[in-house]
Amino acid sequence: MSHPENATVFLKDKARAKWHDETLWIVREKRDATIHQIPEWEKLRELASQIKDHTLSKLDFYLEELEKNATANGIKVHWAENAEEHNRIVAKILEEKNCKAIVKSKSILTEECHLNPYLEERGIEVVDTDLGERIIQFLKQPPSHIVMPAIHLKKSDISDIFHEKLHTEKGNVDPVYLTHAARLHLREKFLQAKVAITGVNFAVAETGEFVVCTNEGNADMGVHLADTHIACMGIEKLIPRRKDLSVFLRLLARSATGQSITNYNSHFRSPSPGKELHLILVNNGRTKQLGREKFRNSLKCIRCGACMNTCPIYRRSGGFSYGSTVPGPIGSILSPGIDLKKFSTLPFASTLCGSCSDVCPVKINIHEQLYEWRQEITKANGSSLKGLSMKMANGIFKSPLAYRISGKMMRASLKNLPDSIIYNPLNTWGKGRDLPDLPEESFKAWYKKNRP
Amino acid sequence: MSSKESILAAIKGLKLEEKPLPDIPDFEIASDLVDSFSLSLKANKGTVASKEEIEKLISETEFLKIYSASPVFEQYSNCQVPEHPADFADLDLAIIEGQSASAENAAIWLDESNLALRALPFIAAHLVIVIRKENILGNMHQAYDRIGLAKSGFGIFIAGPSKTADIEQSLVVGAHGAMSLRVVIL
Amino acid sequence: MKIESPHIGLFIPCYIDQFYPNVAIATLELLEKLGCKVTYPLGQTCCGQPMSNAGFEADTEGTTSKFIRDFARFDYIVAPSGSCVLHVKDHSPKIKNLKKNQEHIQSNIHELSEFITDILKVDSIQGSFPHKIGFHASCHGLRGLRLASDSERNESAFNKTLQLMRDLKGMEVVELTRKDECCGFGGTFAVSEEAISVQMGKDRLADHIDKGVEIIVGGDMSCIMHMQGIAARENESIQLMHFAEILNQAIS
Repeated sequence: MSHPENATVFLKDKARAKWHDETLWIVREKRDATIHQIPEWEKLRELASQIKDHTLSKLDFYLEELEKNATANGIKVHWAENAEEHNRIVAKILEEKNCKAIVKSKSILTEECHLNPYLEERGIEVVDTDLGERIIQFLKQPPSHIVMPAIHLKKSDISDIFHEKLHTEKGNVDPVYLTHAARLHLREKFLQAKVAITGVNFAVAETGEFVVCTNEGNADMGVHLADTHIACMGIEKLIPRRKDLSVFLRLLARSATGQSITNYNSHFRSPSPGKELHLILVNNGRTKQLGREKFRNSLKCIRCGACMNTCPIYRRSGGFSYGSTVPGPIGSILSPGIDLKKFSTLPFASTLCGSCSDVCPVKINIHEQLYEWRQEITKANGSSLKGLSMKMANGIFKSPLAYRISGKMMRASLKNLPDSIIYNPLNTWGKGRDLPDLPEESFKAWYKKNRP
Repeated sequence: MSSKESILAAIKGLKLEEKPLPDIPDFEIASDLVDSFSLSLKANKGTVASKEEIEKLISETEFLKIYSASPVFEQYSNCQVPEHPADFADLDLAIIEGQSASAENAAIWLDESNLALRALPFIAAHLVIVIRKENILGNMHQAYDRIGLAKSGFGIFIAGPSKTADIEQSLVVGAHGAMSLRVVIL
Repeated sequence: MKIESPHIGLFIPCYIDQFYPNVAIATLELLEKLGCKVTYPLGQTCCGQPMSNAGFEADTEGTTSKFIRDFARFDYIVAPSGSCVLHVKDHSPKIKNLKKNQEHIQSNIHELSEFITDILKVDSIQGSFPHKIGFHASCHGLRGLRLASDSERNESAFNKTLQLMRDLKGMEVVELTRKDECCGFGGTFAVSEEAISVQMGKDRLADHIDKGVEIIVGGDMSCIMHMQGIAARENESIQLMHFAEILNQAIS
């Protein structure tokens, strides 16, 4: 289904849609409150943007630096050209360890690679340990938001699934009660797991280390109890220097949820004695995006989700309406690069209001890239019906006479025809909106009379 | 061609023009760093406690298992670091020393030299971190300047207790890791 | 004024010409009252924005060339629409053989309130408008042309349009809950994403209505047409006006 169709369905449940909009708006407001406490906020955004631009401009150099330094630290570095290879590498490590159950903290990359189903098909139990992710895993749903994966669910939904899966009291919707039930359940998983998988928020070329940020502490609970830690990262997650982390850690949580920093910011540099640490560097289309000049800087994204929280369309259509791993504005500029046809409606799911670009902590010009994707999509689609009418419009606007005639005809016909017919060609406009009252004459006609 | 080679070749093939790497300038910091740190910690759902308050807490609470990596509270430590971290699953209280902190967000830096076991601050039910007043810095830039390139297999900024808001955005403390964080400023 | 009686080309977006001639008249009269020499080039049609935003920028070369030819001779080009001005400045396709003229236009085209504050250096307009208003910040003017500070960035507060209106006697500007959320018009978005578009418009209207606003004032008739259309359909009595009409009434 296309985005407009999905959005229409989402909006049918008015109360829930309103709740979704308001819940995310509160997150946006928290973000606003916190960034206004930082006088240098705009400067930090600019620094972050420049650091990422620099890194992307010599990504090959920094990837090699990272590999060299990480290897010297005792990290086993792997390279994956695509999702399939990434999944294969993970499966191979698990096979070597004879491991049948893993714990995994949040990683959008592993979502992108569809790692969970890949491993499950091979008889491996995957336990997502982030609370939100565990909830949606129980429900067999994908995340609807990259930072708040279960933001589309109400506590009653969660209470129901916990009752079924964790045998909590039926109807108990207290978030404290439900969270503590999940704590007990997941602690058992942590204590048993031999291999833990995490994502990567930042990898530092200079030190060969990588950083994982969580509030729950689930990434750390997983990896420090397990014997093997596998970290999966897209090749764009790189930054040159350790001190660059100071810029990004100031921006990330404030943009994401309005908190000043996540409570756990772990820097992994070498494995504990006797344990193993793997780092998988994944391309999966990123070098292609790097080659697209207009869309290159979408790779600066640090996955804070601020553009989703602020997007008036995301808030009113929900993450699933996009049908892509990363939803919302940033998803709408990343996804067409992966599959232009499948995601062709996403760049149009925007009013180009620009709010996403102004909240973006790394200053990705998201709305301008949405505009640019529209141009790419129409080019790829050739002359669709919409294209034809647009070409006709250009014909009209190119010639003042044609414009005058068509304008006059429009005004005349709108005035003389019954509503049923007016609303036929314009029926989509007219479903929820009236047309403007029609003036006697155009400005042009008035001007000719009054400023001869 | 290996994936490494093909990825690197694809990037090199783009022949991108190098963009400059900016320096990170100094920014203004709070005038009262302890005050600023305390406010930030409170926002992260941690609390500042005095040495006496921690001693009182220990005497009044039935903590069966306490481990202190901090000499300040050494006398309360009643167990050894286990071979396997899972054996600390019943640890009631862990006390550790922080190296430095950033006042703007109450992030406290610790590395392996402070942690007898990497899992320690996560697996304990409650966590106390001791930090010296003079090691509270203004912001993250100063904190990273202090850390420099110091080498440790694992390092972490801890800024509060384990928390989540994944159920309807209601904040709940104690998701997986420590259910409380108390910071003693000496 | 910097230049002695500069010649201003009045750019009236096509839908204003056809549907809202009063806004165009108000713009013209206001500029004249402020001492400007204004000409409305009769041959003008459209800037090409609706087509470009729908993904057909490449097909608007004819429209853009025409626009350049119509307006290149003026010192300044002024329009009562942030959206169309932004399009001409940033999104019209580059026309090779008209490069110099296009650049002249792109650096000298202004939205009306921006022209009055930044070029005419008028600080505010004196007069009266005893009404409780809500200001609708249209996105392209706000985040594209930076006619005002927005709620996303950490910057000092300013608003060029409201600045011009701030001394109007009896006028009260209400504080909105979401001061600059998009109304959902978005050009072809209004039709291609009809459900969300209408919902966004309803939400924006509700914010104003809840605060007891009599008149929603904005700088882009496209947003106003959309919200007006919803208000009329929902039988809401709230009025919508372009600020040019208010300023023109106030100083006459």
